Parts: sequence; C-alpha cells; structure tokens
Amino acid sequence: MGIRFILMVNKQGQTRLAQYYEYLTIEERRALEGEIVRKCLARNEQQCSFVEHRNYKIVYRRYASLFFLVGVDNEENELAILEFIHLLVETMDRHFGNVCELDIMFHLEKAHFMLEEMVMNGCIVETSKSNILAPIQLMDKA
Amino acid sequence: MALSGMRGLSVFISDVRNCQNKDQERLRVDKELGNIRTRFKNEKGLSPYEKKKYVWKMLYIYMLGYDVDFGHMEAVSLISAPKYPEKQVGYIVTSCLLNENHDFLRLAINTVRNDIIGRNETFQCLALTMVGNIGGRDFAESLAPDVQKLLISSSCRPLVRKKAALCLLRLFRKNPDVVNVDGWVDRMAQLLDERDLGVLTSSMSLLVALVSNNHEAYWSCLPKCVKTLERLARNQDIPQEYTYYGIPSPWLQVKTMRALQYFPTIEDPNTRRSLFEVLQRILMGTDVVKNVNKNNASHAVLFEALALVMHLDAEKEMMSQCVALLGKFIAVREPNIRYLGLENMTRMLLVTDVQDIIKRHQAQIITSLKDPDISIRRRALDLLYGMCDITNAKDIVEELLQYLSTAEFAMREELSLKAAILAEKFAPDLSWYVDVILQLIDKAGDFVSDDIWFRVVQFVTNNEDLQPYAAAKAREYLDKPAIHETMVKVSAYLLGEFGHLLARRPGCSPKELFSIIHEKLPTVPSSTIPILLSTYAKILMHTQPPDPELQNQIWGIFNKYESCIDAEIQQRAVEYHALSRKGASLMDILAEMPKFPERQSALIKKAEDTEVDTAEQSAIKLRTQQQTSSALVVTDQRPANGTPSGIQLSLVKVPSMSINEDHNMAEQGLSHENGILSKVDPQTPSADLLGDLLGPLAIEGPPGTDVQSQQNIVSGLENVPNTVEAAAIVPVEEQTNSIQPIGSIAERFHALCLKDSGVLYEDPYIQIGIKAEWRGHQGRVVLFLGNKNTSPLVSVHAIILPPSHLKIELSLVPDTIPPRAQVQCPLEVVNLRPSRDVAVLDFSYKFGNNMVNAKLRLPAVLNKFLHPISVSADEFFPQWRSLSGPPLKLQEVVRGVRPMPLLDMANLFNSFRLMVSPGLDPNPNNLVASTTYYSESTMAMLCLVRIETDPADRTQLRMTVASGDPTLTFELKEFIKEQLVSIPTASRAPMPATPAPPIPQPTSPAAALTDPGAMLAGLL
Repeated sequence: MGIRFILMVNKQGQTRLAQYYEYLTIEERRALEGEIVRKCLARNEQQCSFVEHRNYKIVYRRYASLFFLVGVDNEENELAILEFIHLLVETMDRHFGNVCELDIMFHLEKAHFMLEEMVMNGCIVETSKSNILAPIQLMDKA
Repeated sequence: MALSGMRGLSVFISDVRNCQNKDQERLRVDKELGNIRTRFKNEKGLSPYEKKKYVWKMLYIYMLGYDVDFGHMEAVSLISAPKYPEKQVGYIVTSCLLNENHDFLRLAINTVRNDIIGRNETFQCLALTMVGNIGGRDFAESLAPDVQKLLISSSCRPLVRKKAALCLLRLFRKNPDVVNVDGWVDRMAQLLDERDLGVLTSSMSLLVALVSNNHEAYWSCLPKCVKTLERLARNQDIPQEYTYYGIPSPWLQVKTMRALQYFPTIEDPNTRRSLFEVLQRILMGTDVVKNVNKNNASHAVLFEALALVMHLDAEKEMMSQCVALLGKFIAVREPNIRYLGLENMTRMLLVTDVQDIIKRHQAQIITSLKDPDISIRRRALDLLYGMCDITNAKDIVEELLQYLSTAEFAMREELSLKAAILAEKFAPDLSWYVDVILQLIDKAGDFVSDDIWFRVVQFVTNNEDLQPYAAAKAREYLDKPAIHETMVKVSAYLLGEFGHLLARRPGCSPKELFSIIHEKLPTVPSSTIPILLSTYAKILMHTQPPDPELQNQIWGIFNKYESCIDAEIQQRAVEYHALSRKGASLMDILAEMPKFPERQSALIKKAEDTEVDTAEQSAIKLRTQQQTSSALVVTDQRPANGTPSGIQLSLVKVPSMSINEDHNMAEQGLSHENGILSKVDPQTPSADLLGDLLGPLAIEGPPGTDVQSQQNIVSGLENVPNTVEAAAIVPVEEQTNSIQPIGSIAERFHALCLKDSGVLYEDPYIQIGIKAEWRGHQGRVVLFLGNKNTSPLVSVHAIILPPSHLKIELSLVPDTIPPRAQVQCPLEVVNLRPSRDVAVLDFSYKFGNNMVNAKLRLPAVLNKFLHPISVSADEFFPQWRSLSGPPLKLQEVVRGVRPMPLLDMANLFNSFRLMVSPGLDPNPNNLVASTTYYSESTMAMLCLVRIETDPADRTQLRMTVASGDPTLTFELKEFIKEQLVSIPTASRAPMPATPAPPIPQPTSPAAALTDPGAMLAGLL
C-alpha cells in the first residue's frame, strides 16, 4: 500500500493539511495526529528523519515553521519518501513561488489538487512537476 | 494575496486562525457549521459557487479535527455538476470525507462510470482518482472492465492511463477476481514497455500488488523490470522533467527494484547478468555528495539495491560488498543513513554466512543502543536481538540490562521482553539465566510481565541443581529496602519451595525466612497475598521438628485471613490452616512441586505472534532466531492433530487415571488435570500461569493417597482463573509416519534436478527447501528446514547416505527446530567421478507423538556437474572424429522415447545443461549438443552428444555420446536416455514451448519397423 497519510503541521502543532489514504474515524485521526506531532516536533536536527509509531513509520521533514509528515508502512523506501516530500515542496514552490504556511492554509484546495496529482491510493503516481501542475494551470487560465 | 476566488472561505480561515484558544476556535467552527447547515437546508437557492465554497469549509473544519456529520450528500451531488470546478470539488471532498462503505457512494456509481467512459479527459482523471482512493467492492464489480480498457487503450493519453493503473490496483485489492482474467498477464507485460514514466511509475505499483499475490503468473514481467531498471540506470530516454537532482526518477528505480524482490529467483542467465551489472553499478557508483537531496535520492536507490542483492543472495562478491557498505553506514554521522544501515543489517541476518561478519560490528551496534535518537536505538535493539546467539548472548543481554536502567519508558517493556527471551534462548548456563531475570525484575519490575517470572519458576523447579542457587539469590534480593511486587512474588515462591535447601546458611532459618517475607506483606496488593500464604504453609511444613513459636505465628496469620473478604485469600487461609493442623499428612499434600511439563515459552510465543502480523510480506522475512537454543528451549508436545492452543481435548485419550508407582511426570499432570477438568474454562484465552504454578501443588501424593481429598484441595486452589495448557500432556503411544507429505516427492525431486532452488519436501509440519550453487565439481547446497508450527519440532535427525562417487559433508543439524523458525544446514558436495547414483537424505523428526521419517533423494545429480559450453563447427568435428568408437564414443538406438517436437527436446537438453548447437548438424532432424563435465577424477571434460531422430517415428532415436572418459561416456549416455525415456511432467514446466500431448508410451518398439537402426542410418 505504501503511503498511509500525509500531514502538514505547523510548529504549534496545528494541522494545515491532512490527506489519508486509509479510512480513520475523526477520533482516530485526532489521536494519531496528536501523538505523531508530539513525537516529531520534539525531535532535533541531529536526529534522523524517521519515527516509528504504532504500525507506521513516519518520515518527516521540516521547512521553516512547517512540518511535512508522511506515514508509511513497511513497503516503502524511507529515503525515497523523504525526497518525495521535497519534490512536493519544490512543486508548491513552483506554483506559489517560495511557498509558505499561509499559502497552503489559504489555498488548501490547490494543495489538495497538487497532492491528488502526485499520490493516489497511497502510491506515487507522478513526479514530473510540469505534469503535476498542468491541471491547476489549466484551471487558473479558465 | 489572491484568495482563490472564494472570499467567504478565506474569511473563515482567517477567523479560525485568529482565535486565541481552542474554545474560541470551537465557537467559531460551531457557528460556521450552523450557517452551512441552514444554507444546505434550502438548497434551492444555492448557486454552484456557494455549494463549492461551503463544501470546502466543511473539509477545512474536518481537517481541524471536528466531526462533520452532514452535508455529505451535497458533496456527493457536486460530482454530477456539469462544470469542471464544481465536479472537481465534489470528487476531492467526497474522497476526503467518506469511506468506502458509505451509502451515498453507491448513489454516485453511475455518474462516476459515465465520467470514466466519457470523452472528457479531465473528468476521467477525477473519477479514476476518487475510485482509486475510496472505491470499494461495488465499484470493483461495476467499473473494473472499463478501467482496464482505459489502461491499455492506445488512444488514451498517459495522464488518464497512469490514473487508471492505480485505480485498477485499488479495485484489485478490493476484489482480486477483477484482474485475474485471461490474457491480463500479457497486457501487464506490455504495459511495462511504456515510454511515459508517469504511466510506468503507476504500472509498476500495480505490478508489485499483482506479483506479491502471485509471482508465478507474472514471470514474463521480470525481464521487463530489468529493462526498465537498465533504462533508468543508464539514463536512456529519460525526460529532464523526470530527473531529480541528476538522478533518473529515483522513485521509479526504487519501485522497480521492489517489484523484483517479489520474484524468488532469476533463472534466465542474460536477464540475470544485466541486472547484476546494474546493481553492481549502483553499489559501487553511489558516492556521498554535498547536496542533501541528491544524496538522499541516490542513497534511496542504493538501499533498495542492497535489499535486492540480499534477496537474490546469489553473488558472493556482491553480498560481501553489501555487508561492507552496511558496516560503513552504521558508523556514519548522518543519522538517516545510520538508521537505515541498522535496519538493513537486521534484514541481512536472514542471509546465510554473514552472521559472523555482522558480529564484528557488535561494538558499534551497542554504541547505537546509546544514541540520543530513539529511532536509532530501536533499530539497534532489534539488530542486537536478531544477531544474538549462544556465543554473544552474555554480552548482549548484559548490555540490554545496563541500558534498561536509563532507557525511557517507551522502550522498557520491549527491552525487558527481549532481554528475557534472549536470556532464555541462549543461556550458557541456567544460573546466569536466573541472574538475568532477577535483575530484570529488580530494574524494571513494572515492565516484567507475569510470564517472565513464571518461566523462571518453571526452570528452577525442573532443574534440581539450580534450586539452592535460585533460593539464595531470591533471599539476597529480599534484603533490599524496597523491592518490586513481582520480586516479592518470585522470591516468596522460590523460598517457599526451596528455602529449606538453605537452612544451614546464616539468615536462612525457617523463622528468619518467614519474618523477612512477612515484612513485605503490608506492601503488596491483595493479589500477591495468596502466594505468601502458600509460602508460609510450605515453610511450616519444612520446619522439622515443628517450631511451636513459628507455628503459632503462622496460624495466627491464617486465622486472621480466614475472614478476609477476598475469596481466594480466605479459602487458602482456611485450607492451609486446617491442613497444617493435620501434622504428617501436611507433608504429603504440600510436598515440593512436581516438575512442570515441558512447554513452549509463552514469551517466545508472544514475541512471535506479534512479529507475524507486522512482518513484511515481501521476500525477506524476519528471521526467527535460527540458532538452536540451549537446553532451555523446551518442547511443546502438542497433539499432532493440531488442536489449537492447548485445550483440554487431548485428555479424552487418557486410558486410565489410576496412579501407579512408576507414573511419569506427564501422567501426574494428567490425573491432576482430570481432577479439575470440570473447572477449566477452555475459552479463557490468556494463560494465567499463576493457576498453572499452583495447580499441581497437591499432586505428589504417595500411591494410595485418597484421590478424593486431593481433588478437593486442587479445586480449592483452582479458583484462580485457569487455563492450564494441558495439551502438553499426551502420553499416547508413538505413531510413525501417519503424516502425509504435501505434493509428490518424486515430482519435487525431478523439478529440482533442473533448477537450483525449490522445495524438496513438505508436510503439514515442516518444509524442506533447498538452494544449491554449483561450481565445477563442487557444490554447496543449503537445506532450509522450516518449522511451520507454533511449537518446536524435536528429535530432528538428518543423515546423508552418499553414493560412492560423492563426498558430502553435512553440517550439524540441530536437534530441535524452534517454532516457526527456519534452520539452514549447508552441505558441501564434491563430485569424485562420473556416476548416476543419487545421494539420499534420511530425515526424521518428531512432532507430538508422530515420528516422521522421509528418505529423500537429493538433487545432486549428474547434470549438476555439467557446464554448458558452446562449440563451433571448427571445434566440434575434429573432437568428434578424434574420439572414435567405444569405449570413448558410444552409440545406441533408444526406443520408447517419449515423443516430442525437436524444439522441446532441445529445450530439455538445455535445461539439464547440455548446450544444443543449432545448425551444427546439417540434418534438421538431428541435434548436436556439447557440455563440460566436472569431477575430481576427470577434471573438466568436454562431452559431445548427437541425437538423430526419425521424423516418421518420434518414439525412437539414435544417440551418440562421446567424451575422453569411458565411464563418463557411459554414464552420460544412460543419463540422457533416462531423461528421454521418461520425462517427468514436473520437469516440463520451465520449458517455454507447449509440450506435446502426453501419449502413452508404447510397450514395445513400433512393430512396423524391422530394423530401426538401419532406417536411421539411411537418414544420415
């Protein structure tokens, strides 16, 4: 299955984007996000980018005030996911121009459109930035 | 800032953001939810724009963690909106808010289908994505054919097809039948020829899912994966857009190598060579670079390549490169690489031969156990746990104990469980084991489950030598000012049973023991008091002659608890009080506990059970400890009929419950079990070993003791919820070979004659796999003895009966195979001289009462020492002529040949390593083949074969075999004849061509031909 969820959380622990590829009830999500955020945000720069939590492995990366957290299962290559996060950020950069937390917050739908082009059913579907952004650009023009 | 054209949404988001605290936020959210609800109520006045805006607000609120229990219909209804922006929102929000079982989804199936089969590409993409994310069984049933069509359609653009691939993956998972249709395998193989990397990336994910389900069907995709990998590794035809920091799509590279890990081996030599070239380049060519992203991406590929090499476990050289790399990685500063180095080294433990090299890194791994990063510490712990064996158990366990005092709470439980298991499995001596467990309880009592101390008690009870030592140790711990409750339990128990063995030591008189134990009573919870009462009763019994003072003291305590509110305590107090007044009969009833029936460690079982769920399903499976443990791993003589988890069923088999003088331990247990049979609730799943420990207390009476009274006592004690694993006791006579093998042994053997790895034997309890490597006249064969059960296989014996021409050395086969473990037994084979004789493995084991014995032919057959060699016409004919006539060149007309097309025959020859040289013989009905044979006596020797067939009668042929050694010529000729005359069906599998329909062999040569030899000669 691969990717189970993608979270973007700021350093105050507020969720800015949540995309799950398996169904969890809202209570389960709240609990899971709380636990993960507590675990990951407490870590420092010298520690590795992987955190084991329940049956998940969280691969995370911090960009300024925003944490990108990807929950994966045993079937994923950790470093590949770590760079996938960076690809996501670069793609957002290309669209927003130096993306920041507020961009994602106020353009939640665009962030979702991008993710939708990149990940489907927990699998990576596209890694070419121009292909990812093509539908959004089409919409902007319209 | 452009606020994406939805002002209301932006205002709401800012409002929420400006909230000072959670309460304010909740108020604002509630207000908004109220607002949306009202607006949705009179839907008529809602414009599509407004609907869209509200649906996004709902999603935002949901993301914040608030339940949104309405408006789902509105979200779903947007799917059928005619315009793209609304439709898009409908699809995305629906897949975020609803799960696959939601009723509303079913309502949308038709709209979704129309979008999928429609002509609008963007609509197709939206629909495929949603189905790919949340489509359930209903979707699978109604949409799968459409999705499949899109995926392979040539008129469809890549942007649609890549989504169709992942959509199909989802539908396949929900209902596997939708993909396993005729011809799909070929389609899948075609998909892998795709140029577009987006489509290829998602097709590869689809392939992984399909292959993990059934790798045999997708065999034809294997070379395509290798091609894809080559294309990426060589950067051929990779658009710039798919290159990430100079690396051609690292994600696709990783995925492709992941897919390859689902195929057990790679048979085709060319594919194999290409793959190893690529892997070699990755292993050697990955350098550490400054740019973090590039470095990560290239190491992602490197780690995947490592995993693949480990999985293939074929090239010695590459394996040692891998180990060397990992050894480097676990010592680098970069924490991610260190983490992954440890993780992959743990996987590496599965591979034979490298354990010793990994052990060299033990010091470094122990350092990682103290790393400031818990993620790394966890990996180090896992690795240490995996690499522990009898040689390093002491060091590792002591490290774990030391670390226990400083470890954070999150790790203590796992740590103590692992330390306990290792101590038990690999204890060099039992007193060390007792030390470890007592230390464990002392340092981390809260994290030591009851199972752990029950286990110590079992060992001590069963090993007389250990009893004084354990009692003395327990006594020492009691001197500590504050000890954990578990320590109170275990010391009280041990001292009650064995305290009298210490009687002469200072501070160990019954009185002193009693008073130091009794000191602890006020500190323990009521669940521990029953154990203390038993201890007092035992102390009283061991005090001979009776000490009136002590007696009064203890009776006083019994007296006090006789009115205790806790029924268990009360009952014990009453019974012990009454019993201890009986004088001598107390001795009989409270005598030392009988030995425990040997059983599997509950701990190990627990650890295994938890491992199974999370274990990766890919080729590399977690190795359960493969070394045979010392005496400590005990057997679980479970009934062979596979009764699930120790339930009393087996008791029915008991012939009689009378107690004889010479009753063995098992029978004692049995009579006891019978006594309490009615009380046992077989449904209780958790094994309460307390009852287990105390259960047999009253049994060891001398012959003739009134059984009835015993039973009363027993039932008194058995009030503790009890699930004694009585299945451990099955004294039924041994049966031999009542167990039937799975699959035909002969077929498996024939299949293995043609390939180098596979299953040699399987029955319900064991699987014997084989993996062989042949080099010249030598071979290395590894037998994989895999225990399929949750209990150990015992009395395992394996003897090789080699024919005179083979020298075979079998390494030591352990006597016991632990539950679900796989034991590897390497065999070294040396071929002395040509012969067709076959080595036999005489294998036996015992499971429960079944003695299973199997005599298995080992596929160390003649053709394994052949090495195909291609010979040109210039080389062939001089050789052929120089070997003139018998005994170096033998000719024979073979009749009763199984008819097959010449092509099949050529394939057959190739499969047993005789290389057919097409076109060498001018007659198209003939076949010429060459090979080199290796043995110690012949060295490398060229062998030439010519087959002349008669197209009119395929049941006969003339065969000529030539080599420089008469025995070899004869043996090879006979060997080929055997293959041609009766070709086992199993051996046909690897042949690509369709086999000829099986025609029954004629019992006599075709009568029409008077002299087939002459006929054939005429053809030449």
